[in-house]
Amino acid sequence: MKLLLDLIIGDPQADRVVPPTGLTARLTIFVAAVMAFLAVIALALSMSAGRIADRWADELAQAATLRLPADADLLQKALQILETTPGVASAHALTADEQEALLTPWFGTEIPLDSLPIPQLIEVIADDPPYDPAGLQARFDAEIPGAVFDDHGDWRDPLLAAAARVRLIGGLVILLIGASVAAMITLAAQASLAANVQVIRVLRLVGARDVYIARAFVRRFTLRAGAGAIVGVVMGVIVVQVLPDGGGFFAEIGFSGAGWIWLVLVPVLAAGVALFATRAAAMKRLKEQT
Amino acid sequence: MIELDNVSYGHGGTALFSQLSLTLAPGSFQFLTGPSGAGKTTLLRLCYADLQAQRGKVRLFGQDAHTLDRDAVAMSRRRIGVVHQDCQFLDHLSVAENIALPLTVADRASEASENLKELLAWVGLSKQSGQRPPELSGGERQRAALARAVIMSPDVIIADEPTGNVDWEMSQRLLALLVELHRMGKTVLIATHDLAMIRSLKSDVDARVLRLKDGQLTSAGAVL
Repeated sequence: MKLLLDLIIGDPQADRVVPPTGLTARLTIFVAAVMAFLAVIALALSMSAGRIADRWADELAQAATLRLPADADLLQKALQILETTPGVASAHALTADEQEALLTPWFGTEIPLDSLPIPQLIEVIADDPPYDPAGLQARFDAEIPGAVFDDHGDWRDPLLAAAARVRLIGGLVILLIGASVAAMITLAAQASLAANVQVIRVLRLVGARDVYIARAFVRRFTLRAGAGAIVGVVMGVIVVQVLPDGGGFFAEIGFSGAGWIWLVLVPVLAAGVALFATRAAAMKRLKEQT
Repeated sequence: MIELDNVSYGHGGTALFSQLSLTLAPGSFQFLTGPSGAGKTTLLRLCYADLQAQRGKVRLFGQDAHTLDRDAVAMSRRRIGVVHQDCQFLDHLSVAENIALPLTVADRASEASENLKELLAWVGLSKQSGQRPPELSGGERQRAALARAVIMSPDVIIADEPTGNVDWEMSQRLLALLVELHRMGKTVLIATHDLAMIRSLKSDVDARVLRLKDGQLTSAGAVL
């Protein structure tokens, strides 16, 4: 805490020993702002994609479909079995209209569906705790041959895998942005150190320890990166909030719940990266120079 | 205080001096003379660990300079006040800030206000305290450099041609300040090629005069 306070408040007298560098300062703030902006967009996309995939997966996990050969007697028997199965919250046999609505996108409206042997579908909603899908399938196999119980695992698993991949890509993008910030700050710090060779020499000659000289540079770059990142985060949030709401995925982009914490963390992480990058660059340079 | 024992140093394969020994005993006052290019500045830089001896040993306050880490070198330099030939100021700081720099880098800036006024008056720079170093005359710069060298109350004061860029009157004034410091118990080593200046001080201080020439360090008392 004291280290953090020292970093923010600093020692005005000590800060003055290194002359101000206008262009480097402005560039550092600008790049930190751009990187933070990109990080916010990447976070918003990654978290939103993950959130949507989770919701779809949850919905699929709760619902299952039982497909029966087209026979009215089998429907009653299947409903009876489902009503007596523990873990089944409800079982709803799709009406002819509902089934037609499902098939219309594939067959169109001209085909007389009522004259075709269309299988009967039953939507099964799981209770908490849910039923045992394998046990239920075994019972249907024994009592209603030809009944197919689909727990949507074939849909849900790729969806969960895709969501995990989207999160992973989001994380990698954030890491790359962090690495870019570190590289940029290192270059800026080295430029600043190179421009102040004589200042560093004088400071060493009058008894300054490396850590004192490094601190003067570290504090500057840390505060600049932090300040730039705050600007970038604010810009990013504004852009995310005013994205055109065309429904679907775009309507979902944004932050919710604990996701907002990331926005606070972005400037803190940017400042942290700047701190370590500048310190490493400064200590290496000081050892080489004097 | 500072001891050079059989020290050798050279540039680009050419030996500047070899097996040279020098002791700065506590409270001593020594002049280092010799022609330009003899290695006076190099010898002084070895004394405050700005250079490492290629052979032999340099001891700073009893410690082998070769074994000192960078922090220890910095701490040793706080006990050695150096007046550099080219003064070595930070031009973006005021004269007062430059003089207080050794205290600032030692995280003792709060002590500066007590000593600074007194020190500025002592070197006659009270009016110039807010100016930047490039605005000072040669003599003022040398006096500011001397003030910076002594603000930490160091044990040893090393001055490299402190009167090189000033007129006779100013050089006498600067030397008088160094003699005053010596009377306060400080160890003083001054490098100069100005023998007339040394002679002028003969009656004021019991100084040892060393001559560095052709890589050899000899006592030059007889020459004077």
